[in-house]
Amino acid sequence: MAEKINWKTVFFNPFSKNNPVIVQVLGICSVLAVTAKLEPAIVMGISVIAVLAFSNVIISLIRNTIPTNIRIIVQLVVVAGLVVIVDQLLKAYTYDVSKQLSVFIGLIITNCILMGRLEAFAMANKPWPSFLDGVGNGIGYTIILVIVGFFRELLGSGTLLGYQVIPQWCYDHGYVNNGLMILPPMALIVVGCIIWVHRSINKDLQDE
Amino acid sequence: MLRKYLDRVKPHFEPGGKLHAFHSVFDGFETFLYTPTSTSSSGVHIHDSLDSKRVMIIVVLALMPCLLFGMYNTGYQNFLGSGMTEFPFWSVMAYGFLAILPRIIVTYVVGLGIEFVVAQWRKEEIQEGFLVTGILVPLICPIETPIWMLAVATAFAVIFAKEVFGGTGYNVFNVALVTRAFLFFAYPASMSGDHAFISANPICGLGGHVNFADGVSGATPLGQVATTVGDKLHLTNIVGDPLSLWDAFLGLIPGSFGETSTLCILIGAAILLFTGIASWRVMLSVVAGGLFMGWIANLCQTPTYPASMLSPVEQLVFGGFAFAAVFMATDPVTAARTTVGKYVYGFLTGVIAILIRVYNNGYPEGAMLAVLLMNAFAPLIDYCVVQANVNRRMRRLKA
Repeated sequence: MAEKINWKTVFFNPFSKNNPVIVQVLGICSVLAVTAKLEPAIVMGISVIAVLAFSNVIISLIRNTIPTNIRIIVQLVVVAGLVVIVDQLLKAYTYDVSKQLSVFIGLIITNCILMGRLEAFAMANKPWPSFLDGVGNGIGYTIILVIVGFFRELLGSGTLLGYQVIPQWCYDHGYVNNGLMILPPMALIVVGCIIWVHRSINKDLQDE
Repeated sequence: MLRKYLDRVKPHFEPGGKLHAFHSVFDGFETFLYTPTSTSSSGVHIHDSLDSKRVMIIVVLALMPCLLFGMYNTGYQNFLGSGMTEFPFWSVMAYGFLAILPRIIVTYVVGLGIEFVVAQWRKEEIQEGFLVTGILVPLICPIETPIWMLAVATAFAVIFAKEVFGGTGYNVFNVALVTRAFLFFAYPASMSGDHAFISANPICGLGGHVNFADGVSGATPLGQVATTVGDKLHLTNIVGDPLSLWDAFLGLIPGSFGETSTLCILIGAAILLFTGIASWRVMLSVVAGGLFMGWIANLCQTPTYPASMLSPVEQLVFGGFAFAAVFMATDPVTAARTTVGKYVYGFLTGVIAILIRVYNNGYPEGAMLAVLLMNAFAPLIDYCVVQANVNRRMRRLKA
């Protein structure tokens, strides 16, 4: 396999050029679901980074012993184990946020980004690059989550991380929070806008 | 004189002129004011006198009765609510005119502004598609919608429902209805309830203060229906007098600005049908669908769903159903295009509008959502009709 893997490309590519959400368009479901507020978005992002990094390492370590026929099952078992650990940790230390995230931590198991990275990278690479790839992709996912969460919470609730940002006199003069921002359709439109901006900066990603 | 001025400034906008960057804007104004002098340079072109600009203008004309009546009704509701006993025609009209004017101006400025910028950016000609949308938006919104919300929603709809799909003629959803849907979901408190539909304050010394605490209720007939408890419907106007079907037909009821008067909508429909601009198939089948579903709902009426106690005819007259049937569902861009498809599209629009109205207590009016939903299905309906036709011919070929 690839003799020389440039760790910088492995780590930094998923931030922008090969972002899992806005370029590969994976994991959209959770982006729609957890970004109504900034705080759960950040927690979700960190959880995905952790799960992705460690599942990548584990799969990479045992990649030569996994029978090809049942590799998906093995991958799922590893991911599921890690997700349960993360879920329990969140319940223990940040109970409120874990209640907001509800099933979506559990649904990390079915997140396409994980299966994608495990299949495409960890099955064919050594543990250290796999770890970097996992962290890089996790951060790429988190960046989008945080941007979407930022705009949705700011425009939808007038707060950031629970603190009131839009001053009271705006409300006194007739400003009203945009209720549509709280609903999932606007998450899709915000992601669309991010892709729009991103594509117009990176012209090489545009389809003809 | 205008012509002279245009000729004088024209060289600046030609390629190489210093204002070339704004040539779309210039082009838009010039062709709006005068017939362009340029002729086709290749082949033979068949010209119909009915170009899209003329279509738009006829639709705007057809909307005029609704607009004028909306002005009168806005003033009338305010005068009635503030306890006046006389309704001098001109001051009532003037009140309504002053109430709606800023909204029309804001919608046009925001919408046309975005269209101009985008056309300039893409180096295309400016399309006149916003002429109709800009007048529809104030007509279908409650009169008390804050103006900044109208601006935000118009900007959202023009960008995300129209320009991202490629501009006029390419939009999947009716732009005016997307504007209203955006307002409806983003700012529900300002778009429904008892206070949104009555203009409550005096404007330029006309009209009076409507005091809602004082026994005045601005609820629309459908709003009243949705909150009815028990098995008797009792509809009233805003000061509590009983409301007849005739009042609702004339349109002297609270409601969104231009949709209250079924009579004026019928005049508009007559103009559209006489000039052949709107499809009678769609209009007819929307009404048929509404009557059909209203009849079914009425057959199995239950106090659980108070709107099922309305008769099918009342279903057509109250709320925005008639307006949606005549001006929204018939939008040639977003409706189905095949003949059979138009019947199916219209019928389902009517059925779904009443379905939402009756069986979803959260939404007293379903016409907007029904048209938007069927907009999404129109291409599928057309596809099925075309495929059925292809299959039929293939069978004939084999036989």
